[in-house]
Amino acid sequence: MTAIRALVGTRKGAFVLTSDARRQKWDVSGPHFAGWEIYHVKGSPVDPNRLYASQSSSWFGQVIQRSNDGGKTWEPVDNKFVYDGIPGTHLWYDGTPHPWEFKRVWHLEPSLTDVDTVYAGVEDAALFRSTDGGQSWHELSGLRGHGSGKFWQPGAGGMCLHTILLDPSNPQRMFIAISAAGAFRTDDGGTTWQPINRGLKSPYVLPDPDAEVGHCVHRIAMHPSNPNVLFMQKHWDVMRSDNAGDLWQEVSGNLPTDFGFPIEVHAHEAETIYVVPIKSDSEHFPPDGKLRVYRSRTGGNDWEALTNGLPQSDCYVNVLRNAMAIDQLDPCGVYFGTTGGQVYGSANSGDSWAPIVRDLPPVLSVEVQTLA
Amino acid sequence: MIRLELPLHLRMLAQVTGEVRLDVEGEPTQRRVLDALEARFPMLRGTIRDHTTHERRPFLRFFACEQDVSHESPDAPLPASVAQGAEPFLIIGALAGG
Repeated sequence: MTAIRALVGTRKGAFVLTSDARRQKWDVSGPHFAGWEIYHVKGSPVDPNRLYASQSSSWFGQVIQRSNDGGKTWEPVDNKFVYDGIPGTHLWYDGTPHPWEFKRVWHLEPSLTDVDTVYAGVEDAALFRSTDGGQSWHELSGLRGHGSGKFWQPGAGGMCLHTILLDPSNPQRMFIAISAAGAFRTDDGGTTWQPINRGLKSPYVLPDPDAEVGHCVHRIAMHPSNPNVLFMQKHWDVMRSDNAGDLWQEVSGNLPTDFGFPIEVHAHEAETIYVVPIKSDSEHFPPDGKLRVYRSRTGGNDWEALTNGLPQSDCYVNVLRNAMAIDQLDPCGVYFGTTGGQVYGSANSGDSWAPIVRDLPPVLSVEVQTLA
Repeated sequence: MIRLELPLHLRMLAQVTGEVRLDVEGEPTQRRVLDALEARFPMLRGTIRDHTTHERRPFLRFFACEQDVSHESPDAPLPASVAQGAEPFLIIGALAGG
């Protein structure tokens, strides 16, 4: 019987939400790792019972947890993330050189083909890979080493590698995004990388309109059936690329604000995308106190507000970059978590919404598994 | 035998309750106690001190015999009553509030 499992990371632990295919009634398990920040939990597409979780704390640092039974039990695996060679420096907030320092894992991306291979995006920005189920980690240092790393600079949330996209049609290709450096692509399995930021405009931080790096990319997304098309929520601006990031164009269109964090693609419609507009970078809440998901069925530019079941007054929460996900049912489900601790779900592609839980700690990440 | 008290979150991570009792080779020092702790509980590596430099994490303190010994040399002998197991060695998380 088909089931849905949502993996929710919060400021104070992880929660596992499960439902049958109707997606009306949910069981809540947690908190797992109570008191720890859980930046991300994600399951393997090869074996959905294999989960990886990033557990961190200002006191105790980074821990990586692994589950082989869908989150019922966990075991800590290796937490040693050591930059390859002499790490060198990037730019600090004031523009001075600052040594690379590992802080935490923001994103875990399990391989599409091997249950024991998993990628980790970390702060200070770098990409690590484990090929033994998290028992050891090794940096793919070509990303930092291609030449622009010394010019990368942290955004307000830190200099984090927060997004990893694996191309299902080409195992040698992957995309990553860093705040505030930009997006990058490898075509040789992670050995060498190139920035893919042409067309991005960031005049508030980058006076050079053709700056290769320095863009505050908040999230990128793709549909697996069309991996050359990428969608991006930048600090400001919603963007798309039709050539695997070689060139971007703005598709913010009629959005009430083009600031935001997450962006996701419908499970079965490669040109249907979702964003959550947020008023501004200094006012991290929805415009007019109305929590609205915006959907475009045209790959951008033309957007409709999805409000049915979402609070339309006095709502001042934020939705963070990793906190939106899609299931694979038909119609597909859409889910997002807020900094107010609510997780909302829609079982009809966003037409209507209902809270699954209302009072979790601030939600950092949401991932969804569709279980056969 | 050294008696060691861990903060709650590390007890949960190591799946222990109460004090941890450790046999330490040679004269007990902070370094030897932490080496023995991490050898028995590998999941604690990196959570108390840096993997590579072995520097204490900034928000943790080490107490012994009602003294803050956080800034003692990691190779300095621990107080005799800790070395003899009469007093515990405490690893304390800095207080946080708001």
